[in-house]
Amino acid sequence: MSDEAETEIELQTLPLDAWHRARGGRMVPFAGYHMPVQYEGIMAEHLWVRDSAGLFDVSHMGQLLLSGDNLDDELEKLIPADVKGVALGQQKYSLLLAENGGILDDLMFSRWPSGIYMVVNGAVKYEDIAHLREHLPDEITINHLDDRALLALQGPKAFDVLKRHTTGDYPLDVLVFMKGGRFEIAGVDAYISRSGYTGEDGFEISIPADAAEKVADLLCGEPEVKPIGLGARDSLRLEADLPLYGHDLDPETTPMMAALGFAVASKRRREEANYPGAERILLEREQGPVVKRVGLLVEGRQPVREGAAVLDADGSEVGKVTSGGFAPTLGAPIAMAYVPAAMAEVGTRIQLNQRGKVHEATVAAMPFVPHRYVRGSK
Amino acid sequence: MRYFTEDHEWVDVDGDIGTVGITDYAQGQLGDIVFVDVPEEGKTVTKGDEAAVVESVKAASDVYSPVSGTVIEGNADLADNPGLVNEDADGEGWFFKLTLSDPDELKDLMDEAKYEAFVAKL
Repeated sequence: MSDEAETEIELQTLPLDAWHRARGGRMVPFAGYHMPVQYEGIMAEHLWVRDSAGLFDVSHMGQLLLSGDNLDDELEKLIPADVKGVALGQQKYSLLLAENGGILDDLMFSRWPSGIYMVVNGAVKYEDIAHLREHLPDEITINHLDDRALLALQGPKAFDVLKRHTTGDYPLDVLVFMKGGRFEIAGVDAYISRSGYTGEDGFEISIPADAAEKVADLLCGEPEVKPIGLGARDSLRLEADLPLYGHDLDPETTPMMAALGFAVASKRRREEANYPGAERILLEREQGPVVKRVGLLVEGRQPVREGAAVLDADGSEVGKVTSGGFAPTLGAPIAMAYVPAAMAEVGTRIQLNQRGKVHEATVAAMPFVPHRYVRGSK
Repeated sequence: MRYFTEDHEWVDVDGDIGTVGITDYAQGQLGDIVFVDVPEEGKTVTKGDEAAVVESVKAASDVYSPVSGTVIEGNADLADNPGLVNEDADGEGWFFKLTLSDPDELKDLMDEAKYEAFVAKL
């Protein structure tokens, strides 16, 4: 059997490194860190999150706090979101854009009393910080909160579990999807938002790194909660139509190509058209992009993975699979791919070539598994 | 008599017929197996060549033939139930049977005790 070797370049350790190992986590290199890919097994962990609740350590991600005068105006020069419209405790998804409209990273940001709290991808966080530093005026302070851990509690029972352990000025119930606030968990000061990367209801919990073990032990001490590795995180997000930076998104990809139109939908920002790549992005919004990210249901049982070619009717390569694998919830292989606009309609039959073997697939509506976010009533 | 490779395949030899599978250690490393592609009857395989593919949730891996020969049967049960490899890698989860073309090749392989010592050091 073949082994897949990954180049090891001075890997960093997570605050919970020893905790993962003690719980049987199988550690692999990811985004510059030793990270647990699985504990008891990807399939079981995946299904556990869909049925109950799982705890993910995502402390490799970059947590930033931006502050200073005119922060909203300055940040709007780099991302297409309506930053000014984000009130205290609100969270929004956005994209760090290059001049050509390509995606440098995808991110979440929220309004804190002290500024804008931002969570960026671990694999590109240092590039992101450099980009922000270069393009934001000196008056804006960028604080890399690298003394904080980030845990995600995800699944239909996440709320019940977390409610048992949180206290604060208001009950956890006030948080609906994409809202956040300050709470205490076991005496630990925490910023909690109702969000995540699995398609399930759930929370992301930012806490001081030195309290991470205490909080992780507390949550995993509940019968509903198990620790979940990167493997299941990947299959969960794939089922939920959540693209992964560096795979489904990159600097050659625009928001419209990536089917992230909601991230460039703000009416005011469209009229102002003053963020990087706005001209191209808004044109694509009107006319449609030339290629588009779609979901694929793959026939048979064999997974078709990143790198497989999308073929047209003549057998020529016209696109690429950017993520693919076996979907535990569906019991079938699924994938994300970039295809020409003419092939992007749901129901279109598509052929894929992986290592010389042709697989049949159909463009499917995404998400593959319905989201179960808890949204507020308007 | 069962022989093992450093790539974690086993071949169980009875006369000039060999049955090939992957070891329990290998299935544990791979995790949940969701697909196995076994060679068809009549296919000629060479020692060390890719003879089968095994896919877990996370990754695809090649399975190399421990010996050279001609395939006489692929394990048809694995098509519908690839999880057999996780459940019983040493038995029901076998991959294929072949007629050995050069039984001398077995001399290069490990016996069970040597393989266990090899795995213990990993």
